[in-house]
Amino acid sequence: MHRLQIKTCTLENNEKLEGNALMKTAAGKYCLGVESTADDFGVGISTFEGDIIANASSGYIPEEGGIHPREAARHHSEVADKVLQEALTKAEIKPRDLNIIAFSQGPGLGPCLRTGATVARALASYLNIPLVGVNHSIAHIEIGKLKTGTKDPVTLYVSGGNTIVTAYAYGRYRIFGETLDIALGNCLDVFAREAGLKHKKGMPLGAALEQLAAEGRKLIPLPYVVKGMDLSLSGLLTAATTSLHKYESRLEDLCYSLQENAFSMVTEVTERALAHTEKREILLTGGVAANKRLQSMLTIISEEHDARFSVVPKEFATDNGAMIAWTGVLAYKCGMVIPVEESFVKLRWRIEKVDVPWVK
Amino acid sequence: MKLIKKGAEASLYLTKWHDRKVIMKVRLPKKYRPPELDERIRTYRTAHEPQLMHEAKMAGVPTPIIFLVDMNKATITMEYVEGQQVKKLIDTLSMDEGKKLCEKIGGLIGNLHQHGVIHGDLTTSNMILTRKGKIFLVDFGLGEKNTELEAKGVDLHLMKRALQSTHYEIAEECFRSVLFGYSSVVGNEKTREVMEKIREIEQRGRYVAERQEKA
Repeated sequence: MHRLQIKTCTLENNEKLEGNALMKTAAGKYCLGVESTADDFGVGISTFEGDIIANASSGYIPEEGGIHPREAARHHSEVADKVLQEALTKAEIKPRDLNIIAFSQGPGLGPCLRTGATVARALASYLNIPLVGVNHSIAHIEIGKLKTGTKDPVTLYVSGGNTIVTAYAYGRYRIFGETLDIALGNCLDVFAREAGLKHKKGMPLGAALEQLAAEGRKLIPLPYVVKGMDLSLSGLLTAATTSLHKYESRLEDLCYSLQENAFSMVTEVTERALAHTEKREILLTGGVAANKRLQSMLTIISEEHDARFSVVPKEFATDNGAMIAWTGVLAYKCGMVIPVEESFVKLRWRIEKVDVPWVK
Repeated sequence: MKLIKKGAEASLYLTKWHDRKVIMKVRLPKKYRPPELDERIRTYRTAHEPQLMHEAKMAGVPTPIIFLVDMNKATITMEYVEGQQVKKLIDTLSMDEGKKLCEKIGGLIGNLHQHGVIHGDLTTSNMILTRKGKIFLVDFGLGEKNTELEAKGVDLHLMKRALQSTHYEIAEECFRSVLFGYSSVVGNEKTREVMEKIREIEQRGRYVAERQEKA
């Protein structure tokens, strides 16, 4: 059956491109990245060689409930200038020193994405430098590879909005497993809120849940739903919440059981992707990556399959501007620049739809 | 005993049993899961798989013969089916041959669904084409008995997803042929219903472009 053309990009055509663009000095070439897909507004600066010289951010913490998109967007617009200034100060450069602006074009919450995009467009227009639209999920993988020295991993990306097992094949990052409904972080957060856990300074809800789970002893039977390469978490959340409101068991045991079930499910699909693709590395990223129990499960499967396991450092695993800046550099080097008038945000931009010609 | 496949869920060994070539499918304990949960999952799957394979046979879908089920060791001994994995075969075929094969697969899925059997893991690596041209379906470990439209929709949606990640170039053509074959068994009306369901299931996922277009 027929084969499609695969897009690739080599270093030679970068040089040509850079010759045409506005390059002031060969030594300092900088990309500024704006991240605003959900509750975090971040600005990062990367050199063209991949040195992250600034990574500033400000998180929106809802007074109650989950993220309200409009409220989060309002927060982003209020802190944008401050975060931008913080990044530039940290990097010790002036706006005029920047060579390209990258922004998180999707997927994510509409109002939040649009706020970040507006900031990025304004900067690119004012400074008259190229604008690059970056896929948020791909940025997570690329910064993970950069920071851990991983080359060609099976990536498990787990956060409040995403649960994806992905690996590179034939020009793109392909999805080898994903949630059929809600994301892992979402599942844990909602349960934590139902259980009355509160956001504390510097401690996300997931971390509070993890602490309680560590005190759990008894495994309460809850749904375990793996369907082929995919998994479903909504039934698990419903069952755990129902049990919670019936006061049937200790909260610690419930947290423990919820985590064990959910993490076993994502580990099973990750192992499956690893066996299927026969890759030799596992990369764990996203907000839930910080969870020690999840890390230990993945360590076990990587040992069994003779694979190297890496966790992206927290600063770069949660949403951040640096990952957008670095992926912006990669995309720019392959000529993936977009005109401001075509830079609309893409709320549901699937990772499988994006060419990644810089990956070999 | 020769290990022929170390999957995520089970290991397959090729061995002899009463002078027959057989496959031993062993679900080894998974150390990452708590033991209670692990045992629950492995026993459940070991018990269900042979039952579903039997049901599939009743529906006219070729599956390996079961010889032995050992619940304590979570091991199933079954017939070794000689043939080619559809996963490896499909890319070597011409467009026409590929479409025919996919139609045939669709027909088998139609047979399963008509008899209330959900395979649960319809990937091309779970399909074996024998020299006589029969397609065997294997690996029913994630399957279930279910006659609901929802279950059928998820089953086919997963087939589509598996095609997209492994046979990206031909996924769309192939899936169209699968549905065509499916409709020749269950009829156009039911196929339309299940296609509508698949669309609904896809839109439950978070990042699906179709949902945006519709909104």
